[in-house]
Amino acid sequence: MLPELGQIALILALLLAVFQAMVPLVGAHLNREPLMQLARPAAYGQFAFLVFAYAILTEGFIAQDFSIAYVAQNSNLALPMHYRFSAVWGAHEGSLLLWVLMLSGWTVALALFSKALPLRFVARALGTMGIISIGFLSFTAFTSNPFERHVPALSDGNDLNPLLQDFGLIVHPPMLYMGYVGFAVAFAFAIAALLDGHIDRQWVRWSRPWTNLAWGFLTLGIGLGSWWAYYELGWGGWWFWDPVENASFMPWLAGAALIHSQAVTEKRGTFGAWTLLLAISAFSLSLLGAFLVRSGVLTSVHSFASDPERGMFILVFLVIVTGGALTLYAIRAPRLVGGPPVGLYSRESLLLANNILLTVACAMVLIGTLYPLVADALGWGKVSVGPPYFGLMFFVLMAPLVWLIPLGALTRWQGDSIGNVWVWLRTAAALAAVIAAIAWVAQRELPIKAVLGIAAGIWVIFGTFAFLWRRWTTAARGQRLTAEMLGMSLAHVGVGMFVIGVMVTESLNVERDVRMAPGDTVEVAGYQVRFVKSYHEEGPNFVADEGVFEISRNGVVLSEQHPQKRQYLRGQVMTEAAIDAGFFADFYIAMGEPLEDGQAWAVRLYYKPMIRWVWLGALLMMFGAFVAATERRLRQTVREEVRVPAHSAVAS
Amino acid sequence: MNPIRKRRLILVGLLLLGIGSATALALTALSDNVNHFYSPSDVLAGKAPQARNFRLGGVVLEGSSKRDGGTLLAKFTVTDRFKELPVQYEGILPDLFKEGQSVIATGQLGSDGVFVATEVLAKHDENYMPAEVAEAIAKGKEQAQAQSNYQ
Repeated sequence: MLPELGQIALILALLLAVFQAMVPLVGAHLNREPLMQLARPAAYGQFAFLVFAYAILTEGFIAQDFSIAYVAQNSNLALPMHYRFSAVWGAHEGSLLLWVLMLSGWTVALALFSKALPLRFVARALGTMGIISIGFLSFTAFTSNPFERHVPALSDGNDLNPLLQDFGLIVHPPMLYMGYVGFAVAFAFAIAALLDGHIDRQWVRWSRPWTNLAWGFLTLGIGLGSWWAYYELGWGGWWFWDPVENASFMPWLAGAALIHSQAVTEKRGTFGAWTLLLAISAFSLSLLGAFLVRSGVLTSVHSFASDPERGMFILVFLVIVTGGALTLYAIRAPRLVGGPPVGLYSRESLLLANNILLTVACAMVLIGTLYPLVADALGWGKVSVGPPYFGLMFFVLMAPLVWLIPLGALTRWQGDSIGNVWVWLRTAAALAAVIAAIAWVAQRELPIKAVLGIAAGIWVIFGTFAFLWRRWTTAARGQRLTAEMLGMSLAHVGVGMFVIGVMVTESLNVERDVRMAPGDTVEVAGYQVRFVKSYHEEGPNFVADEGVFEISRNGVVLSEQHPQKRQYLRGQVMTEAAIDAGFFADFYIAMGEPLEDGQAWAVRLYYKPMIRWVWLGALLMMFGAFVAATERRLRQTVREEVRVPAHSAVAS
Repeated sequence: MNPIRKRRLILVGLLLLGIGSATALALTALSDNVNHFYSPSDVLAGKAPQARNFRLGGVVLEGSSKRDGGTLLAKFTVTDRFKELPVQYEGILPDLFKEGQSVIATGQLGSDGVFVATEVLAKHDENYMPAEVAEAIAKGKEQAQAQSNYQ
């Protein structure tokens, strides 16, 4: 009975989405206030039905109702309680339900926190959210119903994919979806601005906090995914340029560009059309990501089971949404007026460089990701694009961007001289040179890649400190640091840490796959690793071989590690790596496979210097985005500007 | 030429230069790093390149997976149910690697006809077979069928 109620709730939510899309848009077109005012209640109602549907699916997992096909496929009687909650988004159908729930959550947030905006604008933005919601809800209801019954009911389920039975994977998809779906708000604002035709700049001010929030969630989601792949997949890498990773990375790059171009448009009025285009692109790339992941068109280590019908549905939806938005853009954007002229060396030109580099990098990732599809369609054979392509392109494009970061924050709008900026950056440059030189001398044979990475990272970090110092010494008390500046600085320091982490770990990591029998000792990067023994362990729904390893240096035992090779009840084999994590280096031990009937093991011994900095950097970027989203100026001006036309039209 | 037009010309020139070099770089990087996919039948028919990386896909032949004692050298045979190709790989095989299951190996064909893999990917979940492998197997079975009918 309950699953049927869930399905009914899903369909009612879909009907409300149709209502939310049509009535307010028509109302806004006719300028009829009662119609426009229906947008908010429709959004709230839709959310209520989706929460209900989601709760019912969760209840199905908790109560282990194996008459629901989706529950039967993704859990079993031995599944621990906390994984029953996360199993809801463990596969395609449920994760899609989570996706629509989040989309609806963002819509409700938009409805609640837009009270100060003009009703007509809000009606259009909510209407656009409604159109997006129609797409995803009908996708869920018609192609991927999570409430479908399995007749007859099974006595036990199939188990949740063991890769997903892990903390990292509990939080990774929700955060990622929050980011993907969050770009829908910036998209809806851009569409509302285009429909209005007279809002050139205000929409950007209104949408900036939303873009920052969405991008922050996406950063967290991608970072968690990378961290999870590192410790759970047992390969010890943090990024593989896999199509599915690229799918999330493209909207991230477009979003990063959008954050910067929005700053320019909001403050200076320039880049107006470009910002609109980026807002459309960021969300379109999210849709493209959903298509790539859920259609199975690309061979990836972690795509959902392939289903051409589902792929087709998202593709058509992508074409409608993106095509419609771009058509509207083509009609309306030429009307936009530009901002004041700028000097050759100004913050505008630096941010233009930022945008060009980020969007070209995004295009390169797009080309590399879609090339196999194009090649297949054109009959060039089945191909895949190797990671070196992405590595090279990315390095070439991001290297200049990283060096420009400290300049951007310190350079004045409209025009400045290099000399003015250099005064503040001398110390950072000197520090970068000195620390890189010390690192080079201290660690003999340090590859040039690592030296450059350290220099660039220090330059970015201390260049950002120089910006903070200048604010502190020159700005008036009380205006020294706004949330926006603090957020930007946090994110840029994060970029610096990330660069150091990536370059050092990529050039200094030691990876050794060795055969070890109990009692053997192997030397890795100056540490001695002894394989003490191995024994059998039993978990709630798996059995494991656990190894005991001792890591020591110069005879002093530093730690004891317990990696596992798990065999889940349903037959899947999983590697649980043991990681001796440290701020400056990780020691990573994973049991590969038993050799010679269990007499010995193939063991991965990895030494990963500074790999934590990769994720710490990502975390700082996320915090930066969230802090910047709290900027008071962006909220205050909203209220002021709305009142402006009524009172001060004459005064100005 | 007035200064505004001159500046615009320089800008357009720089833009074209940038786009040109970026495209050139992308194309070179792409052509160096594109790995074609071949089935054992393709390889034995001489379609796969020599001394260049490509991806070999199929199913790990039942009873073919062996390891040399004392080292990490693994040997197995990949089949598309029509033709078979021996593969060797030094290192740790993925958890999902199993006889009778699909696999994609990246590497080069040695002169002795053995495929030397530098990377071995096994399918990620139980019900999922990479599209290219599924297609190669279907084709292999078809050819095997045709051959047995002929005989």
